[in-house]
Amino acid sequence: MNIYVIMKRTFDTEEKIVINDGVIDEDGAEFIINPYDEYAIEEAIVLRDEHGGEVTVVTVGDEDAEKELRTALAMGADKAVLIDVEDVDEELDHFSISKALTAYFSKKEYDIILGGNVAVDDGAGQVASRVAEGLGINQVTTITSLEIDGTAVNIERDVEGDVEKIETSLPLLVTCQQGLNEPRYPSLPGIMKAKKKPLDTIDLDDLDLEEEDVEAKTKTIDRFLPPEKQAGKILEGEVDEQVDELVQLLRNEAKVI
Amino acid sequence: MDFELTNEQQITKSMVKEFAEQEIAPKAIEVDRNARFPIETFQKMGELGLLGIPFPEKYGGAGGDTITYALCVEEIGKACASTGLSYAAAVSLGASPIYQFGTEKQKQQYLMPLASGKTLGSFGLTEPNAGSDAGGTQTKAREEKDGYVINGEKCWITNAQYASTVIVTAVTGKTTSGKNIISAFIVPTDTKGFKITSPYEKMGVRGSNTSELILEEVKVPKENILGDRQKGFQQFLHTLDGGRISIAALAVGIAQKAYEKALHYAKSRKQFGNPIASFQAIQFKLADMAMEIEAARQLVLKAAWLKDNRKPFKKTASFAKLFASEMATKTCNQALQIHGGYGYMREYEIERMLRDAKLLEIGEGTSEIQRLVIAREIGCLE
Ligand SMILES: Cc1cc2nc3c(=O)[nH]c(=O)nc-3n(C[C@H](O)[C@H](O)[C@H](O)COP(=O)(O)OP(=O)(O)OC[C@H]3O[C@@H](n4cnc5c(N)ncnc54)[C@H](O)[C@@H]3O)c2cc1C
Repeated sequence: MNIYVIMKRTFDTEEKIVINDGVIDEDGAEFIINPYDEYAIEEAIVLRDEHGGEVTVVTVGDEDAEKELRTALAMGADKAVLIDVEDVDEELDHFSISKALTAYFSKKEYDIILGGNVAVDDGAGQVASRVAEGLGINQVTTITSLEIDGTAVNIERDVEGDVEKIETSLPLLVTCQQGLNEPRYPSLPGIMKAKKKPLDTIDLDDLDLEEEDVEAKTKTIDRFLPPEKQAGKILEGEVDEQVDELVQLLRNEAKVI
Repeated sequence: MDFELTNEQQITKSMVKEFAEQEIAPKAIEVDRNARFPIETFQKMGELGLLGIPFPEKYGGAGGDTITYALCVEEIGKACASTGLSYAAAVSLGASPIYQFGTEKQKQQYLMPLASGKTLGSFGLTEPNAGSDAGGTQTKAREEKDGYVINGEKCWITNAQYASTVIVTAVTGKTTSGKNIISAFIVPTDTKGFKITSPYEKMGVRGSNTSELILEEVKVPKENILGDRQKGFQQFLHTLDGGRISIAALAVGIAQKAYEKALHYAKSRKQFGNPIASFQAIQFKLADMAMEIEAARQLVLKAAWLKDNRKPFKKTASFAKLFASEMATKTCNQALQIHGGYGYMREYEIERMLRDAKLLEIGEGTSEIQRLVIAREIGCLE
């Protein structure tokens, strides 16, 4: 089976994030594989071990993403591909990334493409779906269970806490949700072996794309952190007084009633 | 000059950091309170290949380097010092000597299970009457026609109760000038006459197994001599040089954790209407901690780099061990001070870190012994 994973390198949202003039300060940030993409990598490895074939992890980014690609190889993926867009001057958006990936996959034979449900940095959840649309194949998002028998596929997906059961067929793109599996840690022998596994770097030229083809459809105007949480207010006095004051505050300060 | 870690080193560090946070840190309080050795953690570490980092693949290791290993010790020690100490001892003291001095057959038979994490190794040098002066070893090995018979006693030996083999040092004769000849033996722990108990109530690193060894007519075949029979003493000095890098890394890990906790606490604790982190007296403590931790870490990495590049590293390893261990005790002590009365309470974990850190100024050569080593290395005696 030809199994592909689309993976994003993101900063760790559990670490402190610093924004200067609408740009995230990358020097202080810790970078990781997008946690939802870890489910995709794990599932891909499990699929390969069950059905045979090969797992290829693909990312769009720059040289720095090699570390995350090597981590995926260390977990057990067979090959990695970096679509290097470092030389593109303009800011890229979800359209640009999905365009590059679609161009890449349109030249490949694939049975299944797995991605994360969303990336934890911008939380858009756009790229994978756009790739499926671009390729004109089936897609199922937020999956929590996956079974493949021949070309028939049985899926359970998470719908706001409920479970939806879906039957579909290959070729297929899925996005992975928490609960699908427990991603493994890369082992030390795995990390050492990953050094020797193929990691190909290609650029837009190799995909017959011009810079205009991936020109962003959106523009980011600003980025800012949520306002710091204010300390709570504790009302004092008799219960009646407290109720009065609370109603006052809800009406005049919070303006919710 | 390049301060960048390789991809493999970075990936290993991130993996171990996550593993330590998920699997090791949540047990740190419990293993300390109950003085319980977390054997299940070591099984998991073995499966991940952590116990074989600096050994080649053909002996069940990962073919990594000392830098990678030191990064792992730091991350594990940051989560739980007891686990960090037993980990460092298993690799640096239990397994390393077999890799460095063992025959091919010994490596196949004894290093393989250690490096692949199936079992733990241990190193028995210290005796009730021979600590810093390890040359004063009293344990004796008598040569017989088909092997050696060992008699003696060892104290405070890390991991021995969970080990399959202990490397035991013993006197096998005298040189022409009358000095003891000390040799090292690989002694399987299931050998008849080999009694291992754990009678100690420790101040810190309570989750690390510390054992007493009694050897009564313990018989080992000649082929269990490790390395050169005449050179057991030089061999263990060399082993300790390497071990010191890992003890220093462990010190950095403990200090880093105490510092992070203190910084966090100082920003949230308010007195006199302000976070205590706004008081210069507290800021200066934190600034010193951050600086000294970084200095210690650089010494650890330098020593590890020297070892990896087959350059002399004895002096730098002693620098690292001495500076990092004294720094760790000081940092934990100051972190406790910043926590005030809360720091004195078990719940806040700083008092444990202080108890744990203190050991590092004693084990694998006391601070005084490090100063003697350094003094010799810089030529005081020439
Ligand atoms: C938890 C724990 C784990 C251990 N694990 C192991 C292990 O796995 N294997 C092993 O073999 N050992 C182990 N040890 C033993 C440890 O290495 C020794 O405790 C250490 O080497 C010091 O020896 P000592 O305790 O006999 O102190 P002593 O040598 O009696 O020293 C007492 C004091 O005198 C000082 N001193 C001694 N000689 C001099 C000198 N010439 N000049 C100046 N000052 C001097 C020392 O620095 C110290 O302050 C462990 C100890 C502990 C506590």
